[in-house]
Amino acid sequence: MSAPREHPADSAAADALRVRDLRKSYGGLLAVDGVSFEVASGEIVGLLGPNGAGKTTIINTILAVLMPDSGSIHIGRVDVARQRALALARTNFAAVYASLPGNLTVAQNLRFFGLIYRVRALSGRIEELLRQFGLEALRDTKCGVLSSGELTRVALAKALLNRPRLLLLDEPTASLDPAAGRDVRGAIRALARATDCGVLWTSHNMYEVEEVCDRVLFLSHGRILLAGDPRSLPHLHGARNLEELFIQLAREPLTHPAEQLA
Amino acid sequence: MRAAPVGAILLRQWYLLRGSPVRALPMFAWVGIDVVLWGFIARFLDSVSGAAINFTAVFLGAVLLWDLCGRVMQGLTTAFLEDVWTRNFLNLFASPLRISEYVTGLVLASIATSLIGLAVMLALAVPVFGLSFLALGAQLLLFLLVLYGFGVALGILASAMVLRFGPASEWLVWPIPALLSPFCAVFYPLTILPVWMRGVARALPPSYVFEGMRAALSGRPFAPLPALWALLLAALQIALAAWLFIGVYRRAVRTGLLARYSAETLS
Repeated sequence: MSAPREHPADSAAADALRVRDLRKSYGGLLAVDGVSFEVASGEIVGLLGPNGAGKTTIINTILAVLMPDSGSIHIGRVDVARQRALALARTNFAAVYASLPGNLTVAQNLRFFGLIYRVRALSGRIEELLRQFGLEALRDTKCGVLSSGELTRVALAKALLNRPRLLLLDEPTASLDPAAGRDVRGAIRALARATDCGVLWTSHNMYEVEEVCDRVLFLSHGRILLAGDPRSLPHLHGARNLEELFIQLAREPLTHPAEQLA
Repeated sequence: MRAAPVGAILLRQWYLLRGSPVRALPMFAWVGIDVVLWGFIARFLDSVSGAAINFTAVFLGAVLLWDLCGRVMQGLTTAFLEDVWTRNFLNLFASPLRISEYVTGLVLASIATSLIGLAVMLALAVPVFGLSFLALGAQLLLFLLVLYGFGVALGILASAMVLRFGPASEWLVWPIPALLSPFCAVFYPLTILPVWMRGVARALPPSYVFEGMRAALSGRPFAPLPALWALLLAALQIALAAWLFIGVYRRAVRTGLLARYSAETLS
């Protein structure tokens, strides 16, 4: 059985994100059932699972747009439930279902969100991100007419505006061609290493997860079934690769989550 | 309350107006149509009635002041609906933006846009139809404050309704001023209304404004107490609407409604 990977920044003080015993139900449906995990500074953690496993619910609770029934979430040392604005000032996110307003241009969107996040030296930061994501030529183009790949780049630029300590990426490369996807993965990896930003990454592309994530958490029916290194985990469970392990877990959940994490 | 996030909400409205001049048209067009239509109706009534009432002052003045109140409400609601239409809730509410900052930004955006409407209104009504709000004296400022306050309260209430009942409830919001206008006694004295309607009218700050306006135009001395009471009532209603909005927001966070406004599913 695989235990979560050891890494130098395992202490609670260094965690970008610490989730403890998180529970959330909708009516009678238990969407998240006692989930606990950490994302260390500079670490990229993949949150994997089939549709309906509870990934987006977990992300929404971290972003404070959904209140958990119980449990705690800390971003750095800040409790999201008690100091929402302070916690979210250190966080940012990009998700396929949260595109930026299409009736504002790329530069206007970045300025709008830069003010909301109270980014210092905002004009310079916007120029830096426009360059970094190859958006200079699109700065005055309304987001509503951009291609999905361009929109993803704008969403990532917005997500990095405040130099977050925790970055939540919900299928960030879903709309990108392979070359653009590789560029984004490279950029996020470089960012995590350079800035000590912790990243929580969801994706259905297991090859991508294997390439980019330091650690993965397999989620099913609101519980973490497995956690570990995406490169060694498949072999430990008799699967050829991560995709095969994913399918195996999605179809036949392991006997008991506690046994798998032991 | 931090200035930058409030400024962001205002700046967004400015970007939208600048980017699409068509958005500015309603600020001028409906006001202009109201001035022309009611200006001629009032002029006609003045010419045929022979009554002591100055219809231009009473009717046109009332229409324009009521229109202003509606513009404030619609300005605030439209600014809020921008985030519904562009599915922007998740980006906004998953940010450090505080609800108080968001609502303050919406209120300021609405006041700014309705001031433009007020300027157009005065520019047309004064020279073309000889309407003079100056006849109302200093109490005009008090009346405007009451109407702005009530418009803000209605706008926050309407936004809370859309947040609670979903984007489709937008159609419930637009007729609110029309539904309230009979109770606000915009065109007639309160005494015309049946007793139960008068009871409702007393809870609506604009009814004090229009009663006060008619009193001032008929030469009666200014009674400050009703106007001050209306101002207090409007302030209470703003506080009540804000409390309701925050309650609806908290419920939306608790139930997942806020996340569903943007996310396709709750997986």
